[in-house]
Amino acid sequence: MHSFGYRANAVVTFAVTILAVMCSIASLSDNFNASSPTAEIKVLNINWFQKQPNGNDEVSLTMNISADLQSMFTWNTKQVFVFVAAEYETPQNALNQVSLWDGILPSKENAKFWIHTTNKYRFVDQGSNLRGKDFNLTLHWHVMPKTGKMFADKIVMTGYRLPDSYR
Amino acid sequence: MNQRERERERGPFAIPNNAQMDWQGQKRAEMLMQVMLVVFGVVAFVVGYSIGSFRTMMLVYAGGVTLTALITVPNWPCYNRHPLNWLDPSEAEKHPKPQPVPSKKKSGKHHHK
Repeated sequence: MHSFGYRANAVVTFAVTILAVMCSIASLSDNFNASSPTAEIKVLNINWFQKQPNGNDEVSLTMNISADLQSMFTWNTKQVFVFVAAEYETPQNALNQVSLWDGILPSKENAKFWIHTTNKYRFVDQGSNLRGKDFNLTLHWHVMPKTGKMFADKIVMTGYRLPDSYR
Repeated sequence: MNQRERERERGPFAIPNNAQMDWQGQKRAEMLMQVMLVVFGVVAFVVGYSIGSFRTMMLVYAGGVTLTALITVPNWPCYNRHPLNWLDPSEAEKHPKPQPVPSKKKSGKHHHK
């Protein structure tokens, strides 16, 4: 049979196959994107630092986050999700990650940003380990493509230290 | 029914309602479909990538698929230029089906010699 329906089916099937190939190549083309992201975070102030009644330490910080992720954007980028995490080591856990702030960069124009903010999410430790603690602030990002593979990467910034006493 | 009578019924260029493409037409339609889709895919990708617009790639390809479907799906007259000419039933009557003559092949051959 070589009917109308047969030919319509053949066109649609083959068209979708080629579409899949095009999307795969589009995703692969992201690998050729050389990116040079930069980020800087300044902790401007420790607003308060106390022990909760249940024994967990909690800190409130004011930060200045500036980053340039414009080079992450390619023709196949839908948006970029960024978040800042405080990372530190305690006797119980080799790595603690506490998300302090996040944001969505919907376009390349938004990808070079600067924000002055207190921590959006609570910086609470599991326990009472934060006094005098050295910690890293890490800017993580996830590049969400229009099609294909998602990329994630980070910039680790070291050398931050919490006060030795509650305030 | 001869050719002229058939044409009088549905016009010289019309496609019979339930007709399929002829063999050559099928081959042509299939080839055309595959070549057009691949070409449009490549063109769409190159255009989209070079101007950095995923949307443009999709639009170009969608246009290409639509055009391909319009050209290769309907049974256009150009796919029916090599009709199979079946013999008229009257011809069959003039040349009756040869009746099988059982087990006389060998003797027949001998007879011809």
